Amino acid sequence: MPKKLKFDYKGSEFLDKIVKLSGEIITLCDQCGTCSAGCPFVEEMDITPSQIMRKVLIGDMEVMDSQTMWICASCFTCTVRCPRKLDVSKVSEALRQVKLRQAVDKMDISDISAEEAKRLPVIGLVSSFRKLTG
Amino acid sequence: MSVINNKKIKISYFPGCTLKTTAKNLEISAIESAKKLGIEMVELSKWNCCGVVASLTSDDLMKHLAPVRNLIRVQEMQKNKLVDEGENRLLTLCSMCFNTLKLSNKRIHENNEDLISLNNFMYLEEDYEGEVEVIHFFELIKEIGFEKVKEQAKTTLKDLKIAPYYGCMLLRPKEVGLDDAESPNIMENFIESIGGTAIEWEAKSRCCGSYHTVNNKHIVINLAKSIIENARKNGAETIITTCPLCAFNLDSRQKDIIEEFPDFVPMPIFYFSQLMALALGVEEKYFGFDDNYIDPKKILEEKGLLSN
Repeated sequence: MPKKLKFDYKGSEFLDKIVKLSGEIITLCDQCGTCSAGCPFVEEMDITPSQIMRKVLIGDMEVMDSQTMWICASCFTCTVRCPRKLDVSKVSEALRQVKLRQAVDKMDISDISAEEAKRLPVIGLVSSFRKLTG
Repeated sequence: MSVINNKKIKISYFPGCTLKTTAKNLEISAIESAKKLGIEMVELSKWNCCGVVASLTSDDLMKHLAPVRNLIRVQEMQKNKLVDEGENRLLTLCSMCFNTLKLSNKRIHENNEDLISLNNFMYLEEDYEGEVEVIHFFELIKEIGFEKVKEQAKTTLKDLKIAPYYGCMLLRPKEVGLDDAESPNIMENFIESIGGTAIEWEAKSRCCGSYHTVNNKHIVINLAKSIIENARKNGAETIITTCPLCAFNLDSRQKDIIEEFPDFVPMPIFYFSQLMALALGVEEKYFGFDDNYIDPKKILEEKGLLSN
């Protein structure tokens, strides 16, 4: 049985929000899968980058529960390869920001052991706080 | 000081947080190597965090304050005659600082309203005029000429097979990359200039896992292992990098890789500047080898490049 998609007002509003926040015209995505094929993190993800694009496009807000946007580290591999010149890194960032702006952090500083904190480079700590906390 | 074609360069230099802490070996070896090439790197006065990581959403202007404030400092360096007259460039060593500063600079170049908002916000600062250019050390070497680096070299790193690791931030996104995003050659040219042999490999611009090293280190363990094994498969004896986060993930995280995969054979990781310092005859105390995790001296001693 084919799954029926219902594109309601809320979904359309969500797509609009992500398009504005990322600056990417997500509706241009052809679903060619180049982003997913080249992503160095894809094995760690629950859904692929191209699935993220599709879910946002159809206004499926369940995409917010996926771990993919948190695994994306903005390495820009997909960005330089997209034949439609879309920047999936920016879409991931927009999704992360929507979540983080609810004052929900994705990491807890107390989870880092004292031994690791001493060893980790400052740039790693600053980057992870910037990407994973609001 | 040896000077190439009698041309000296005095330029503003942005270190960033990590070059003053865990990546002192990158900074010290680069500064001393630069001197041999007639480049005086003048540390930017009152610099602050570059703003890492580059902010990617459209409504986040606040996050561009830190990088732009640094660019104002470059204007001050010029006005106070601390650098060459007309030298409007900001030299970076860390790939992440390079990328972040350059992306912010690009954004305000393209959006004049953003520049006006930021200048208004920093009311007591002088206005940023938008004239600063952010460059990486490799670009300066390229400008001087790789063949001239070769002429200055005292030691040739003959027989040392080096994998040039670009990572992400030197190349992507394309608008800020210093070379072709898919088939770069600036690091290969650099390796050749210091007499080493650059190997061709697939993982040269594969992400090392970046900041996931903080709270998701298994991602980094897998990626770093795949990168090092790819280098070895293609005949490399070492990997060079310019990024302190890549260096941590590829070098220091080998401790974790070995714990998980006891058969893993470690590989020494250098900052490009450490091998450059060696080639240019910089004093050994400036190599900063004590800050490397996997012993970097062993391979150099085996090749007769370092006295015991």
